[in-house]
Amino acid sequence: MLRTPLREALLRPLRDGALAGFVALVLCLPIVGLPTSETANGLILRPRIPEAIAFAVAVFLGRFALGVAEAGRPRPVALIALLVAIAAPFIRFAPEFSAALAIGGLFVALRASLLAFPTLAGRITGGVKIPPVAIKRAPLVILALLVVLPLTPVIDRRLLDIAILVLTYVMLGWGLNITVGLAGLLDLGYVAFFAIGAYAYALLSISAGLSFWGALPIAGLCAAVAGLVVGGPILRLRGDYFAIVTLGFGEITRLIAINWSSLTSGSQGIAQIPRISFFGVADFTATPDAGRHAFHELFGISFDPSHRQIFIFYVILALALAVNAFIARSRKLPLGRAWEALREDEIAAQSLGLNLQRIRLSAYAIAASWGGLAGAFFAVRQGFISPESFSFLESAVILAIVVLGGVGSQLGVVLAAIVMIGVPELVRQLAEYRMLAFGVAMVAIMVWRPSGLISRREPSIRLGAAP
Amino acid sequence: MLELTDIRSFYGAIEALKGVSIEVRQGEIVALIGANGAGKSTLLMTIFGSPRARHGVIRFLGQDISQLKTHEIARLGIAQAPEGRRVFPRLTVLENLKLGAILAPAANFDRNLARAYAMFPRLEERQAQRAGTLSGGEQQMLAIARALMSEPKLLLLDEPSLGLAPLIVRQIFAAIAEINREHGTTVLLVEQNAHQALKLANRAYVLVNGRIQSTGTGAELLASDEVREAYLGGAGHH
Repeated sequence: MLRTPLREALLRPLRDGALAGFVALVLCLPIVGLPTSETANGLILRPRIPEAIAFAVAVFLGRFALGVAEAGRPRPVALIALLVAIAAPFIRFAPEFSAALAIGGLFVALRASLLAFPTLAGRITGGVKIPPVAIKRAPLVILALLVVLPLTPVIDRRLLDIAILVLTYVMLGWGLNITVGLAGLLDLGYVAFFAIGAYAYALLSISAGLSFWGALPIAGLCAAVAGLVVGGPILRLRGDYFAIVTLGFGEITRLIAINWSSLTSGSQGIAQIPRISFFGVADFTATPDAGRHAFHELFGISFDPSHRQIFIFYVILALALAVNAFIARSRKLPLGRAWEALREDEIAAQSLGLNLQRIRLSAYAIAASWGGLAGAFFAVRQGFISPESFSFLESAVILAIVVLGGVGSQLGVVLAAIVMIGVPELVRQLAEYRMLAFGVAMVAIMVWRPSGLISRREPSIRLGAAP
Repeated sequence: MLELTDIRSFYGAIEALKGVSIEVRQGEIVALIGANGAGKSTLLMTIFGSPRARHGVIRFLGQDISQLKTHEIARLGIAQAPEGRRVFPRLTVLENLKLGAILAPAANFDRNLARAYAMFPRLEERQAQRAGTLSGGEQQMLAIARALMSEPKLLLLDEPSLGLAPLIVRQIFAAIAEINREHGTTVLLVEQNAHQALKLANRAYVLVNGRIQSTGTGAELLASDEVREAYLGGAGHH
């Protein structure tokens, strides 16, 4: 990097910093400086002008520091920024300010040290070249770990809960990957099918007395039928228009769940959803009902409330693996190839005799049915569902998992689900900064790995000596 | 075999075809030559139903196909190697060929694949490679081979020589002749490279501003002063 003279190295960053600081001040004054607060007498304004100014100054300093680092003096900047980040928590001013300073300091330190050590930067930003062998073996290793995970002593109830949650999102991510990754359709309302599956199981089990195992295929079927009915007309739309309509469909489904209270008990939700049984053979209780068996008696072990949870873990693992196996298989079948062909080039695919409508519809409905199965699982695990669980945010999170993971990459979805769902759950204590860190992570991924964590698509067919 | 009568078609808001009538007979190679923007590609796409002809009749083997959808037209036995090749870039060569074979009986797949590879050995060498990583010439070979996998009765080729080195162009044209000779496939060829196209074609049409300006056998047009002047860089060259 060119090392510019000191005067010049300071002048430009000063100007840039002043500009950034000014913009920050304009933004911070109303947002940070004039918060409303609720009192007995209604909403009042509590001006916090010093805080707003402090933020603007921090932005100025950060931009200035970045500028100096870029002008050829990254090492001192990295050091100072790191010190600021470390000192930040001890500043007795405003907690948000400390947090912003810490994150900003770390960011500047990271950027500056990447500039200071370009080889390191190359190694990180040039796309961490994940060796193909690692990608090939990773799924097996992860799978083996997952299978033994619940049986190891390190796992406690909370960790297992998080693992189940992550796996649920992995399953949803893989399901959505059929529409988004394989068929190339941007579906912003995937949560609708999740909701339909959940309500299907809840209602079938409560009113018709169906067990989870009996209701599961029906829940999948309900979602698939919904996919067919909705998909029929909307799949005629192209690109963005399709995305917007799916977004609407997701919201409409939620609103129906709220307003059709005679069926769904509205926003109160449905509670007391029957628990999962051991394949209908035995229940996970200490004292089974008359005529039923208990799981621990069946296996002659002593009762432990965690048995059910461990069983649920294996159920979602099996469901997720089923989606994965389905996708892996379908890629090698004419149907999966047709999905990919339509994604790659609609016109060419149609002129080869592919029926655009029908093939898209199949992708949409099949993805829907997997979403429905995941929904049924969600309902049986929670024992309670309400429309709140199926907001647009869920669709967005699932889509973010697919996109961040690398569209079409199965392993990428797993990594993204861990990053997006698992890590925030693990650091729940830092709840205040969760969204902030989340935002930083999203930006970092977009800057450094714009095509997703794993952007390689495995060719579906490998021949002969190919590795 | 294929008969277009007074076809009018729009490319966006522009009337690209202003009443075109052409005929392709069984077993022929027919070339359609003309300058950039004359409406050659629109004509091929109109045969495939996208854009749809606003006026006129397109008959294939006696059936009016002007109201059918693209995939239904393909089903009748028309295949195309479209403008810009349009291979599926992230799928492998073999996957591309398998997609081409959707309409052919599955039992014929191995035979058809062997034929395609015999015609374009490069594709066999690269069959596990993604189509997007192929060179332009190889992509053109793949586009033609993919179209042939469906055992079409009629093959439409849109500018197969575009952007390719002369040596590759000769290979491609030799392959087109072979397809016509060995498989009996009828070919409708759209080309800017008028010289090569006219040498290959039994008959040809010259399209100017959305209208057929002249027609004749390939040899006749090659000899015509008018065509030489307009498309072959003036008399005496080539």
